Amino acid sequence: MPNTKLRRLVATSVAVVLGATALAACGSSGGSDDDNAADSGPVSLTYWSWTPGMDKVADLWNKGPGKDEQITVTVKKQASGDTLVTKILTAHKAKKAPDLVQAEYQALPTLVSNDALADIADEVDGVKDKFAEGVWQQTTLGSDAVYAIPQDSGPMMFYYREDLFKQYELEVPKTWEEFAETARALKKKSPETDLTTFSANDSGQFAGLAQQAGAKWWTTEGEQWKVGIDDAATQKVADFWGGLVKEGAIDNQPMYTPAWNKALNTGKQIAWVSAVWAPGTLTTAAPDTEGKWAMAPLPQWSAGENVTGSWGGSSTAVTTDSKNKSAAAKFASWLNTDPAALTALAKEGGIYPAATTAQTSDAFAEPPAFFSNQPDFYTQASEIAKTTAPSAWGPNVNVAYTTFKDAFGKAAKDKSDFGAALTKMQDDTVADMKKQGFEVAE
Amino acid sequence: MTSARRKSYGVKGAPYAFLLPATTLFALFFALPIGYAIWLSLHKVQVKGLGLGSGARSEVWAGLENYTDALTDSELLDGALRVLGYGAIVVPVMLGLALLFALMLDTERVRLAPFTRLAIFLPYAIPGVVAALLWGFLYLPDVSPFYFVLDKLGLPQPDLLDGGGLYAALSNIAVWGGTGFNMIVIYTSLQAIPAEVHEAAKLDGATPLQIALRIKIPMVAPSLVLTFFFSIIATLQVFSEPTTLKPLTNSISTTWSPLMKVYQDAFQNGDIYSAAATAVIIAFVTLLLSFGFLRAANSRTKQQGEAR
Repeated sequence: MPNTKLRRLVATSVAVVLGATALAACGSSGGSDDDNAADSGPVSLTYWSWTPGMDKVADLWNKGPGKDEQITVTVKKQASGDTLVTKILTAHKAKKAPDLVQAEYQALPTLVSNDALADIADEVDGVKDKFAEGVWQQTTLGSDAVYAIPQDSGPMMFYYREDLFKQYELEVPKTWEEFAETARALKKKSPETDLTTFSANDSGQFAGLAQQAGAKWWTTEGEQWKVGIDDAATQKVADFWGGLVKEGAIDNQPMYTPAWNKALNTGKQIAWVSAVWAPGTLTTAAPDTEGKWAMAPLPQWSAGENVTGSWGGSSTAVTTDSKNKSAAAKFASWLNTDPAALTALAKEGGIYPAATTAQTSDAFAEPPAFFSNQPDFYTQASEIAKTTAPSAWGPNVNVAYTTFKDAFGKAAKDKSDFGAALTKMQDDTVADMKKQGFEVAE
Repeated sequence: MTSARRKSYGVKGAPYAFLLPATTLFALFFALPIGYAIWLSLHKVQVKGLGLGSGARSEVWAGLENYTDALTDSELLDGALRVLGYGAIVVPVMLGLALLFALMLDTERVRLAPFTRLAIFLPYAIPGVVAALLWGFLYLPDVSPFYFVLDKLGLPQPDLLDGGGLYAALSNIAVWGGTGFNMIVIYTSLQAIPAEVHEAAKLDGATPLQIALRIKIPMVAPSLVLTFFFSIIATLQVFSEPTTLKPLTNSISTTWSPLMKVYQDAFQNGDIYSAAATAVIIAFVTLLLSFGFLRAANSRTKQQGEAR
């Protein structure tokens, strides 16, 4: 008998505890679901970024404007590029993505298509004018929505060894035709030396070069995607580089290898088609050549033109999982348009800001240390940045980029037809989109 | 009566209680993930229209579509063939060397045995990625001291990062890293052979070579089977060496080995469904090969036992 009593007591108390937990759960979920309530009180946001020193820039916010607005931002350092995209998508699947994320421009459609990024058009009214048209358009995906705020950009440029160009009596090429002539002339004078290499291990470079030629890889027509990876402009670029590799005018080995570093450092390769961030890479890859390089605009497809592509660059986006979207958007606008924030970003993170006014700010009065011989480095850079051609990204850039690495890597190795590699890139990309169920126009 | 029944009940329950931790861990960290992978492999993502905005993406039942796609994908088959080619070099060379070293260490007139044993074993302690990076530097003509010496001597310089050379280069890393471990396994079982067996053979006039071939090798056959079994599994799962060497050359594609394809699909192309299907196929093939081999080995040992 006493046993029964005890059992009943236990059962009752368990029920009470469970009930209390359920009530507490109801209470807490009710509170956090209410957006307005959360926005008015103190808010803390999490930001995934790979930019070095971003925590210091966030501290500026937390001690300054963020303090007044009661918005605290915590930076969590992440791996860059594709790795982070995968991580964001995984977190989003569990509805646990951070409030703010850093994303490369070409990753935005993928993220939007997975419903991971929030439309912040209403919160960032008037920010648009601070950026070059071609840069801003990448964050809207051609719609009225705004999915991110541009942070840094990577206008492409031509880097060359000034001393060796003099030594080999070479002119800085103004057109791609002259570029090919320069490569051949160099081979004649010094067969062991290459002007540059065609590398298949960074798809961004090829995408930027195609963009300069006027390629539009992904466009939309009504409710259909149109994939133009093998359009005339890209074919022209592929044939050009394929031709140079085939005749042996340039090298065909990948970049960023110990061998490549050595070739740059010892003057075995004397030029590099790169972007505004190249000084940083050259500092570590070719430390002995400090002060010997110079930067010039990218060669053009026809004389007198003035267009460049972009390679790299990223933006700040607010996720759909964020419970404080407007607070997050406020921070994102401050981070990428406020002069103090941009100066700190340039100093701490070494980035080249997308905001046009920042490109000529005090932070960029001096050239990078590696280019001390070119005092107007950043003045020229900001002029070049204005000529960036618009780009057109689609929802499976990752697949196109992977196919590029494999198909062009093989073509470069075999010195075979780059056109065929480009066709494979187009076919694989379209096939992947169709497999996922996207409507693709033929 | 009552107490006796209670006692027997307690004894009956005990095995289950003892099994519980293992079963729980097995279910949570083995069966459940495998089940989830199989579930994923039977689904796919379906996008509507442009696929932008919310609700444009849904997970739908795909049936065996991912499996048929994977099995008809020539890239996966090519990858499997590449790995077979690689395994055909690695397994015999590595086990041959391991056996040879073990037998040499086991002879009576060996000097510095502990040191040699350690020296051969040491590469096994170096992580695969570090080993691949290290060898990668040595394979690149522009930075490798080997090529420098070959160049100075006017000897031909083979391209180790292309064509057949690439297989040799990759196998070399695996052999360098794996021989020591296998040698220790074989050596340990050599040490377990009773001394009177060789002594008897020696008294009968057997040479050391004959002792090795007729006595030692047959007696360590079980450990040879074991090391062979481990080596096959390791070969089928080759991933870190080609992945580490990939940035150094155009010859290694992102889908060079089947596991690299799984990684590529899941983490670069964001298609975990296809990746799950490919992973299940690889697991199945590995299982089939390993058990097939074990059965064959077992039936052989049984036959021998009966013949004796």
